Amino acid sequence: MRAAVEQAFRQCYGKAVAVLTRVCGDLALAEESVEDAFAAALERWPQTGVPPSPIGWIITTARHRAIDRLRREATRDERHATAALVAFPDHTEEASVRDDSLRLIFTCCHPALAPAAQVALTLRLIGGLSTAAIARAFAVPETTMAQRLARAKGKIRDAGIPYRVPEPPELPARLGAALAVVYLIFNEGHTATSGDALVRGELCAEALRLGQHLVELLPDELEARGLLALMLLIDARRAARTDAAGELVPLPAQARDRWDRDAIGLGLGLVHGCLRADRPGRYQVQAAIQAVHAVAPTAAATDWPRIVALYDLLRTLDPSPIVALHRAVAVAEVDGPAAALAELEALPLDRHHLWHAVRGDLLARLGRTAEARAALAAAAARTDNAAEQRHLARRLAALG
Amino acid sequence: MKYVLNIIQPDGPPPPPERLDPIMRDVYAFMAELEAAGARVWNAGLAPASASTMVRAKPDGEVELADGPYAEGKEHIGGLVVVEAADLDGALAWAGKLSRAITLPIEVRPVAHGG
Repeated sequence: MRAAVEQAFRQCYGKAVAVLTRVCGDLALAEESVEDAFAAALERWPQTGVPPSPIGWIITTARHRAIDRLRREATRDERHATAALVAFPDHTEEASVRDDSLRLIFTCCHPALAPAAQVALTLRLIGGLSTAAIARAFAVPETTMAQRLARAKGKIRDAGIPYRVPEPPELPARLGAALAVVYLIFNEGHTATSGDALVRGELCAEALRLGQHLVELLPDELEARGLLALMLLIDARRAARTDAAGELVPLPAQARDRWDRDAIGLGLGLVHGCLRADRPGRYQVQAAIQAVHAVAPTAAATDWPRIVALYDLLRTLDPSPIVALHRAVAVAEVDGPAAALAELEALPLDRHHLWHAVRGDLLARLGRTAEARAALAAAAARTDNAAEQRHLARRLAALG
Repeated sequence: MKYVLNIIQPDGPPPPPERLDPIMRDVYAFMAELEAAGARVWNAGLAPASASTMVRAKPDGEVELADGPYAEGKEHIGGLVVVEAADLDGALAWAGKLSRAITLPIEVRPVAHGG
């Protein structure tokens, strides 16, 4: 029964907070009341069984708890909110839950909040992750994370950050901010820069769930589909990405039979849908690049000219040096390491470990071993990730 | 809710007239639009920060004076516009228009408890 409540919690927490926030107009009160409702579920459901609509039960119970709280606490003499809560129907329409979920996502991902706060709020309020779990995932003390969340919620309240879906003219930019938050969560789980390995797996799963949720909420937004496809295709390689000893395995050396074919199938389906619509965006093109890798039976059979062409398209959408760096990796496979190195040298990425790592590989392929060694050492000095450091050390050793 | 739009201005002399005049035209047009929308509460342009004086009452009640400004830096608040908006997005939209007109960054600060 505890498991049933926990499952309901993961599925319903964010939706229930979203509905309650709209009805009572107060995020803090909504959160407290929904937590009360889950505490009640833990007591009640073992006797009554899981109700036919867990989310309906949670929302109704939370609504009654909110009314109790408003009536009990003299400081919260908000008759409007109480009246709205009392008048709210017991039956919650699915469409209205959907709209409220979207409102809450856009509130959590409002660009007036710091990116780290957007990520933390999204995981806490939409994902229902505990403050302790979020703190572990980002390797910060729980008190620090609690303060970050409290400060962000304080800003939402004091600055009057609205609880609504942005109007069509603002929607693309604001959706971009929400997608960026989801991708940040995914990358934090995927690249494992720090923190507890188990919780990081949970971050990837949560990002995928959020991505899926955004696609359901905004079915016409191709970039939401593109992001979901991108995450599915990268996450499909999770089992092959580390060996039995937990060491990093680079893409060309991965055992492709360990890739998750179901996830790849879902990702490819989304990519094909995007290609048909022909309104490319950053995430869609990145997903298409991952799709080229996903369909190659072996590393040697990868269609590199197609990947270079996709990076050319991506560069027109996102002219950042990081994109140019990834393009150079593909150029090395088509035009050789010398051509790639020439492109690489022009990029202002001295602070990035990946720039040095790619440079080291290209120099090694050109037989410039001493320079390659210096570049790989520079890469190792620029990453805190222990697995990456060991991987770079092995490459250094392989240079002899 | 009421929001204060703080105009963040670099210290030093104003730009030459050929640059300043078109900016001021745009700023007046912005103020007219704000007024017409019924969203203007109050506004003021400030004298240079170097003209400011710090006044501080000590625990014994004596008042200490010192040359200002309070905060060191190369930029200071050069003016403020108080607007009425339904929520932060409304205030941010006005701030965006003002920033384009005046070609300076704007800090949007809500008035406590909605003003």
